[in-house]
Amino acid sequence: MSDIINLTAKEIHSGILSKKFKATEVMQSFLDQISAKDKELNSFISLNDKAMEQAQKVDDKVSSGKNIGALGGVPVAIKDMLCTKDLKTTAGSKMLENFIPPYSATVVNKLEASGAIIIGKCNQDEFAMGSSNETSYFGACKNPWDTEYVPGGSSGGSAVAVAARMAPISIGTDTGGSIRQPASFCGVVGIKPTYGRVSRYGIVAFASSLDQAGPFSRTIEDSTLVLESICGHDEFDSTTSSKEVLPWSTKLNDKVEKIKVGLPKEYFEGGLDEDVKKSIDIAKDALKEMGCEFVEVSIPHTKYSVPIYYIIATSEASSNLARYDGVRFGYRANFDDKPAADLIDFYCRNRGEGFGTEVKRRISLGTFTLSSGYYDAYYKKACQVRSLLKQDFEKSFKDCDIILSPVTTTPAFKIGDRISDPITMYKNDIFTTSTNLAGLPGLSLPVTLSKDKLPIGVQLTASAFNESKLLQVAHQMEQLISFKEKPANV
Amino acid sequence: MFNDWKPVIGLEIHAQLNTKSKIFCNDSTEFGKGDNQNISPVSLGMPGALPVVNKMAIENSIKTGLALNSEIRRKSVFSRKNYFYPDLPKGYQISQFDEPICEGGFVEFYVDDEKVRVGITRAHMEEDAGKSTHHGDYSLINLNRAGIPLLEIVSEPDIKSPAHAAEYARTIRQILKYLDVCDGNLEEGSLRCDCNVSVMKKDATEYGTRVEIKNINSFRFVEKAIEYEISRQIEVIESGGEIFQETRLFDSTKNKTYSMRKKEQAHDYRFFPDPDLLPVIISEEWIDRVKSTLPELPKDMAERFQSEYKIPKYDALVLTQEKALAEYFEDVAKESGNAKSASNWVMVELQRELNDKKLSIEKSPISSSRLAELIKLIDGKVISGKIAKKVFGIMLTEDKNPDVIVKEQGLVQISDSGAIEKMVDDVIAASPNQVEQYKAGKDKLFGYFVGQIMKASKGQANPEMINKLLKEKLK
Repeated sequence: MSDIINLTAKEIHSGILSKKFKATEVMQSFLDQISAKDKELNSFISLNDKAMEQAQKVDDKVSSGKNIGALGGVPVAIKDMLCTKDLKTTAGSKMLENFIPPYSATVVNKLEASGAIIIGKCNQDEFAMGSSNETSYFGACKNPWDTEYVPGGSSGGSAVAVAARMAPISIGTDTGGSIRQPASFCGVVGIKPTYGRVSRYGIVAFASSLDQAGPFSRTIEDSTLVLESICGHDEFDSTTSSKEVLPWSTKLNDKVEKIKVGLPKEYFEGGLDEDVKKSIDIAKDALKEMGCEFVEVSIPHTKYSVPIYYIIATSEASSNLARYDGVRFGYRANFDDKPAADLIDFYCRNRGEGFGTEVKRRISLGTFTLSSGYYDAYYKKACQVRSLLKQDFEKSFKDCDIILSPVTTTPAFKIGDRISDPITMYKNDIFTTSTNLAGLPGLSLPVTLSKDKLPIGVQLTASAFNESKLLQVAHQMEQLISFKEKPANV
Repeated sequence: MFNDWKPVIGLEIHAQLNTKSKIFCNDSTEFGKGDNQNISPVSLGMPGALPVVNKMAIENSIKTGLALNSEIRRKSVFSRKNYFYPDLPKGYQISQFDEPICEGGFVEFYVDDEKVRVGITRAHMEEDAGKSTHHGDYSLINLNRAGIPLLEIVSEPDIKSPAHAAEYARTIRQILKYLDVCDGNLEEGSLRCDCNVSVMKKDATEYGTRVEIKNINSFRFVEKAIEYEISRQIEVIESGGEIFQETRLFDSTKNKTYSMRKKEQAHDYRFFPDPDLLPVIISEEWIDRVKSTLPELPKDMAERFQSEYKIPKYDALVLTQEKALAEYFEDVAKESGNAKSASNWVMVELQRELNDKKLSIEKSPISSSRLAELIKLIDGKVISGKIAKKVFGIMLTEDKNPDVIVKEQGLVQISDSGAIEKMVDDVIAASPNQVEQYKAGKDKLFGYFVGQIMKASKGQANPEMINKLLKEKLK
């Protein structure tokens, strides 16, 4: 059954439906792969011990002819940012090391309603703060293409789980590139939908105005199936849109005509890394073959995107993470041996011991940028520039349908290389943060391998709520580019 | 009152809006449930929990704003007020900061015979925090109140005296109750009042340092606390001291305010718009719809009662203190066709009874239509006023119409001139001394004869006829 793990979610689902194999066999194959590989890769923080039981229920439904749902029997790995009822949800932090939520995120409920089975919870940067998965309290996750390299972050574990065939699909969250960047580093598809497409209810909040969950998979089609399941208005999240979720997966092969592809001039100024340039060239060739036209567009405020991203994200985070105080849930310091001197001491020890360095750095930054006297100069100003950046995109999308760009400035870097240099680490997010700031849908599509045999993806971005075109173009590019490489060891 | 000093007083009233569920989730707002019963992931501030605003809370705020003559912002914004406290689950309170739902406005009320107007600065929606109780070396937290919808009504600092402050608070409560947006219950905490007090010289142009007094749970204490605080501040300044900006608590047993903390911490709440909530957009249609449901407000009602029912201002103000009472009175006045009498019966007899039994007007043992019946019996000369009081007493305990009681007890007024004449004759015959004195000019004795006749008739004789016959016979 070792070939099951190489199947797409769609193939797995139809195989179960047509009784070619059982959901339990599918689940067992992936669990076996996890046993074999994850000791080294460290992409899961915990596994669902009810997974086999749930797979059995799918098999029972199949044999009694009952509906199993669009993703019936498909294992899905979930980033540990999403609350899963009765399943530990750590956000990659010591703070929530033993936190078992009493409720599930809307995304999780929707996936389960579609018949998908949670196989486990994925490793990530602590509270999604990082671009390398190195800030996780549960240890770095490794890139399956070369375990000396980072898988990217923050959704590193979710990308690795799919790349290393430990799950056919997974869910990540993307605040500034946390789905697209690890997808690119790991050679899988990763999609961040339009802000408001997917409910944030039950997803540990990092930066509320930027966070958006989305899928990882090995094909655009699989991710599309996941999106159809998880998108849509949610009465528990007022920022979700009531825009209709279309049957995108049935339209992926519709001919895309006279598509204009925008190339933001600011993204290509100063030249690109050689490997990155190669990926863009391959993508362009495919788009040309599809009959697309290229236009130069301009996003003049690009140079501010990383700084304003880090102001807005850390400001919101400083407030979002205030609830981790050790009062109602989460880490509490040992006060038996040394009682708290006062309330402040109680908070300081809980938070001081429960949070890691990067999280503390960002809480401090955000607390500063929101404080009186600095609010106008930082937070308010950043919000104003954010509006301008949004307008840049709106203007550009008058001239084009899709924007093509790199995902990151370089392919994956080595573990340990950048962890002590946050600025270099942050700068890596230059191409991805703008998409979140503007609330647009974007994806990373694997294209080629670098000279070091590491995968590289390209980023496609569409106007808000235009997932339909984004997915069509990406799917058709995917067919032409036909990236079939896989990590040697899996 | 304070020599050459002038107090500057402003009130912040926190009104709990009457809604079935909390402001940002479906948890119940029911009072008196067991500790931590009305909670869910949202009230608990669980990771990933998100707020969704309760439309009723917005509607009640619009209603209040309209009644307070405020401008309703077509777009208002929820902001986060960040601070750490164990009973504040998220580490921030969702409130409104620079774009509150209501801006400006005023209320008017009477103190003695003076009409007073107090300006409203703003009113904003926010969520309540939970409740901490401290037990020596540990504390307990009850989050039933966390997320209860509040409307904080902030007055201008233009209240001129402690008495005005108390009357202002009473007026706000009265309006909120008329609107049915808040039950106004101070004991249960559904209405809370913080007072900001400073003093300045009468000819000064700059305000003095402001002190906030919290924890005042009655309107009488609002007056006492402010009175004490003004005197304290004047005394401190006159003896060369300085007033610090601080929060003080009122101790009602000692009639004093005392400092809550030794050293006031400078709070930086780091307000910013809550990214989890969209701005509250209020359409003209919504406002119009709410406007059309606004009830008549107490001040308008009192004015109408004076002109429509010709009752004195004092009566009108007393009768409109509570909406249910005003409605009761109006029903009695309309049905009986005798507003003056209705007002007297409601204000004197009925109120006394309700106060004695600690009943609200809604629980009155006598319905408005029965009281109107009773008045009609008097006006129709079926019974005298005196007998009416007796009937009223029976009505309090027996669920019967007054005419039934009158019949059953044989209380119908005697208007048979023959019968009354006989009684008059009997009394005159039995009181030769008094007759002699009366005739000698002691007019006061007329009352004596009336009393005797009434007694003989068990109070049932028609007093007008007694008077008439008596005058004739004693000529």
